[in-house]
Amino acid sequence: MPVSPKQARTLKHRSWVAFLVVPPIVFMSLFVVYPILSAFAYAFYEWRGMARGEFVGLANFKEVLFGATMAPTVWNAFLHNVYALIALMIIQNGGGFLLAWLLYKEPFGFRFHRVAVFVPVVLSTIIVGFLWKLFLNPNFGIINQALYSLGLDSWAKPWLGDSSTALGALILANAWHFVGFPTLVYLAGMQRIPSEIIEAARLDGTSEWQLLKNIVWPLVAPSTTILFTLLFIGAFNWFEIPYVMVGLDGSPFGTTDVLGLVFYRTAFGNQSASIQNFGLGSALATLIFLFIVVFASTLTLWLRRREIQF
Amino acid sequence: MKLTRRILMGAAAGSFIFSAGAAMAQQTELTFWSWRQEDKAFYQDAIKKFQAKEPNISIKFETYAPENYQTILSTALAAGRGPDVIQVRAYGNLETIATPGYLLALDKTNVPELANFPEAALAAETLRADGKVYAVPFAMQTQLVVYNKKIFKDNGLNPPKTWDELMTLAQALKAKNITPFGNGTATAWQNETIVGGLLSSMLGQQFEADIVSGKANFTDARFVNALTKLKDVSQYFSPNFTGVDYPSSQQLFVAGRAAMFAGGSYEVANFKNQNPTLDLGVFPAPVLKAGDQALVATYYDGGYAVNAKSEKKDAALKFVRFLATPEYGTSFTNTLKNLSPIKGIKIEDAITQDVAKLTENAMSYLMLVRFRYNEPSGSVLLQSNVQKMLAGQQTPEQAAAEINKGIATYYKPFQK
Repeated sequence: MPVSPKQARTLKHRSWVAFLVVPPIVFMSLFVVYPILSAFAYAFYEWRGMARGEFVGLANFKEVLFGATMAPTVWNAFLHNVYALIALMIIQNGGGFLLAWLLYKEPFGFRFHRVAVFVPVVLSTIIVGFLWKLFLNPNFGIINQALYSLGLDSWAKPWLGDSSTALGALILANAWHFVGFPTLVYLAGMQRIPSEIIEAARLDGTSEWQLLKNIVWPLVAPSTTILFTLLFIGAFNWFEIPYVMVGLDGSPFGTTDVLGLVFYRTAFGNQSASIQNFGLGSALATLIFLFIVVFASTLTLWLRRREIQF
Repeated sequence: MKLTRRILMGAAAGSFIFSAGAAMAQQTELTFWSWRQEDKAFYQDAIKKFQAKEPNISIKFETYAPENYQTILSTALAAGRGPDVIQVRAYGNLETIATPGYLLALDKTNVPELANFPEAALAAETLRADGKVYAVPFAMQTQLVVYNKKIFKDNGLNPPKTWDELMTLAQALKAKNITPFGNGTATAWQNETIVGGLLSSMLGQQFEADIVSGKANFTDARFVNALTKLKDVSQYFSPNFTGVDYPSSQQLFVAGRAAMFAGGSYEVANFKNQNPTLDLGVFPAPVLKAGDQALVATYYDGGYAVNAKSEKKDAALKFVRFLATPEYGTSFTNTLKNLSPIKGIKIEDAITQDVAKLTENAMSYLMLVRFRYNEPSGSVLLQSNVQKMLAGQQTPEQAAAEINKGIATYYKPFQK
């Protein structure tokens, strides 16, 4: 049967679409979908080292969530992730919003500051963690030295060794590292607001606070959606800064333990303390993944609803 | 003419290919994986010595970062690949690799040199389930106290024998503004090495025997009292010790600002590398009362194993047998300043001789040797609870009870 020119065009179009779509689908399936599904499958087996043993059903999940050995560690770590999320939401995203507002008003040297605020984001997390570890060293770290020279000896602490300050120190180091990102996103969001709106508000004599609260904040809602969602995901996948600064154990005595560290220790073992259990590790990874997917989607939907078109 | 040339060239090419093929058949290339990047020069040298005997075997030495080694190795083995000769860990970490059958079982027929090793060394590389040895042990580590001889001499001090002597000595050093112990507790596993280095004599070999038989558990008075003493002596650790991590504590000692360091015998080579002018000595954990047996805590680091799926097992076994000879043990000990467990080695270095002498009176580095097989491991429990106790957040009794409770969840003798 002869092919009409129209049919030929459709065919050509279709093969183009296939050519463009198939490689990424194959790539995604191979390197994203398959690993996720296999981790999910691994979680249903008992493991001896890296060798798969018996099918054990939901036993691994049960041990992770309710077991006498594993569950207390997991819930303790989960709580720390929640703390980190709340604290970073306020310090990192809130701080980013205020910094963006300052930069938006283009004060003296704002071009320099815009770059300066973003520079730490570009640094490797390993370097940032190491740097802060040096700053926080109780005996020669810059922070305690500064406190001593100001005569505030009683404020000096072994920051990372004290159970009441260690987690806070990690959160601050993380905020210092990433505050440039929400700043940049909020700044872009603020610059999208039509200047007439802000000028009109100013003419009406609104205070700075009212302007921020009633006009800027609602109008940067799309930025808020993306930043809150990313922070949520980041906070529950938190690993690098704790790993570099306090080690795999969540030292001191589990007060800085987070789910990422528990997962790593469980799935791959901690050379200086414990052996690996790949089944429990996979079960924990699956649970973290499901938790993040469900809550991040709900959060996004909820945040989307408050976005305004203009 | 043309034809003859062609024939000649063809024959030449053919014989070249043929001879290359023959050489390739004879030449076996083994891969050898390790986490000891810092010992690369030593291993290259050992491989050369081996090749002098076995010119047809060449060995490629590859290293991976220690913290990722187990992961990379077990992934490769699970995929049916991995190196021919493998540096493996001991105890619980050996089991995760040996249990699935990735390693070739060694015995006196395929490796007669196993006879060169003491029983405890082989036990470290034995799978509990089948009682077979899976690796040739390479190093014995000892937990003890390393001290700076110059600081001791300048202050007219001698290594303490009893705990009271240790406390007096530490007080004297502190009065002179010298940090008695460089140790800090911010790095979790340091708490375990400190216990091994300082408390072994107060715990004693009988305590270990009682734990193994189930006659005593960790709420035993010997354990609680030892922890109480540790809490006492921690006032002489580095300033703000709860926030001092492992590298900072080492620096304090290397810089000559601290007089002692409770930890592993492996620190000696490390300290010397960083500051060759240090004059170091070692002493065992102080005893409670004069006349008690002074002990160090020992364990074995790991061993050299053969991949059960290797296609070059014969060559790999030849190399592993070489790694089990006193000749190799001697060069290992003298080059790396790490004690090889092979019998009949000749130690050149005075301090390594001292360490070797101390290991004659030893107990196990208890949590690693006995309780690293289940979760929560004895090491996890000891590290976090001692850390918490030294931070002043629980009493020695509470720490001991927590450790005991954790181990009792899986250790039958404690469940009675």
